[in-house]
Amino acid sequence: MKELDPFVLLAVFQEMLGPLLWPLVALVVLTAVAFVTLLVSERGVRSRRMLLAQAIGLLGGVFALWVMATVSSSGFTDAGGPADWVLIALVCVLGAAGTAILVYTVAGWVGHGRCPLCAVLRPKS
Amino acid sequence: MSTFPTSVLSQRTSGSRRSFLLAGAAGMLATRSVDAASPTKVKTQARIVIVGAGAAGLTAAARLSAALDGARITIIDPRREHFYQPGFTLVAAGIKPMDYVVSRTADYIPPGVELVTDRVAELDVDGKQVLTASGARHPYDFLIVATGMQLEYGLIEGMDAKLIGEHGIGSIYGGPQAAQATWRAMSAFADRGGRGVFLRPATEMKCAGAPLKYTFISEDYLTRRGTRSKSEVIYNSNNKALFSVPIVHEKVRMLFQARGIAVNYERVLKAIDPGRRIATFSTASGVEEQGYDFIHVIPPMRAPEVVRKSPLPWPADKNKAWSDEGWMEVDRATLRHVRYANVFGVGDIAGVPKGKTAASVKWQVPVAVDHIVAELAGGKSNALYNGYTSCPLITRLGQAMLIEFDYQNNLTPSFPGVIAPLEELWVSWVMKTMALKPTYISMLRGRA
Ligand SMILES: Cc1cc2nc3c(=O)[nH]c(=O)nc-3n(C[C@H](O)[C@H](O)[C@H](O)COP(=O)(O)OP(=O)(O)OC[C@H]3O[C@@H](n4cnc5c(N)ncnc54)[C@H](O)[C@@H]3O)c2cc1C
Repeated sequence: MKELDPFVLLAVFQEMLGPLLWPLVALVVLTAVAFVTLLVSERGVRSRRMLLAQAIGLLGGVFALWVMATVSSSGFTDAGGPADWVLIALVCVLGAAGTAILVYTVAGWVGHGRCPLCAVLRPKS
Repeated sequence: MSTFPTSVLSQRTSGSRRSFLLAGAAGMLATRSVDAASPTKVKTQARIVIVGAGAAGLTAAARLSAALDGARITIIDPRREHFYQPGFTLVAAGIKPMDYVVSRTADYIPPGVELVTDRVAELDVDGKQVLTASGARHPYDFLIVATGMQLEYGLIEGMDAKLIGEHGIGSIYGGPQAAQATWRAMSAFADRGGRGVFLRPATEMKCAGAPLKYTFISEDYLTRRGTRSKSEVIYNSNNKALFSVPIVHEKVRMLFQARGIAVNYERVLKAIDPGRRIATFSTASGVEEQGYDFIHVIPPMRAPEVVRKSPLPWPADKNKAWSDEGWMEVDRATLRHVRYANVFGVGDIAGVPKGKTAASVKWQVPVAVDHIVAELAGGKSNALYNGYTSCPLITRLGQAMLIEFDYQNNLTPSFPGVIAPLEELWVSWVMKTMALKPTYISMLRGRA
């Protein structure tokens, strides 16, 4: 896919997601920043919290597959070849990892009683 | 300046079959956007008239307005609504609502382009002007004809577009309402079971995969509703093949056999008796009557009258069939008219051996526009259209084959080694249902 033009991809996603696109991008970016900030301020991963986050993440993976099946009007028996399994795995893994990171981050900041936004601005506080 | 447009397009043609990952629901993605490819606009005062604001006309308007500074671009179409036609199949499959395929033409008109809501009544190509039904005159330096094609239900005796949805008659081609009515008729048929008759016309047609798709979809509904065992599904091909690309024909033949879909070759629908539910076909040796509980009628198609009456179609001594149907005599690689150098024919109206899909539009329009822009810049374009055509061939609800090919009947997969063209895949269905429309709309805006 070496010629894939990011602007074309952006245009297509804009048409696909409409007004949802930018809030979704913002959510991903904010979560990523808050997650990294949390890792730095806690000097590593808290394993118990991560375990909980991963457990909930599994549900996120299933949810992502359900969303995908719904928006593409398809069922769970439609996979026909290797490319399908790759896509299913991708959707599931992205959904699971995204949810796990989100849950871990939110739990971390809420647990500390800190506001993530303030933390972004003053990571060391 | 002479190298500019050439280089723009050669990047595009070499790189972007993948761009068509979507147009077939595949493509389009890799195509460079106009703005990215041509940072400097060509200054000109040229008058460019585009006839038809469908897929090809709107795409041409967007690309021309992005590439030219000062040109007077006029696009003329009597219809205010824009139809996303590849979605008709999904409406008629009960997958999408009717409003999925209807939008407003005005929403896609780029700044600086004038939209005239009127029907073009005459293409006066010798006088370099077009005349509209309301009597307005639009002189031009370049003309782009993008009128699409006309459905001729009336050429089937006893058939009328008003019958769609009644008496077990469906036709997904007839427009958004017809697609919706077809879904009701087909769904009622699937509930009861019976004899389903499917066919394609003997003329050129848009999206030659659609008759096959709807056969597969109907067969799948019969199976899902438990009425398949008491039903018959019959597909009537107009000639000796199921698809013009031999390797695709063979694959569809195998799938039809596996699903128990009977095939008749060389059957052309001539008449229909809605009251008695009998369809009359011409065969190689005479006529044949087929009774039906549900029939999917696809009418003969030809160029709109305004083109047929003009000097633009193929002459009969060069191509009798295309002359009768009125397709424009354009060069198959440049889309430029063979006899009128300042006239281009893009989209369904182009008399070329493949094409007649929205995916082909995505490949044809940049070529035609590149030739016009190059000429206005005092240069020459080397951009060529290779016949790229694409068709996500739905083989059951939830699966499709992403078929892409060119003039030489070569398969031209956008994702070789990843998405196999002759494999029934969910990922291809996902492209058809999720990615094709956003890509199509991006194409209309000149952004894909
Ligand atoms: C059921 C169905 C399924 C399809 N599936 C697919 C698919 O899966 N993939 C794919 O790529 N393609 C598909 N297509 C084909 C695709 O929709 C067409 O190839 C594409 O729309 C062609 O674009 P066009 O601009 O040439 O014609 P159109 O989009 O039809 O536009 C022509 C325009 O010209 C206007 N016009 C006509 N006469 C005049 C006149 N005298 N004056 C002014 N304006 C005029 C019309 O009003 C219309 O707006 C499908 C089509 C149908 C019907």
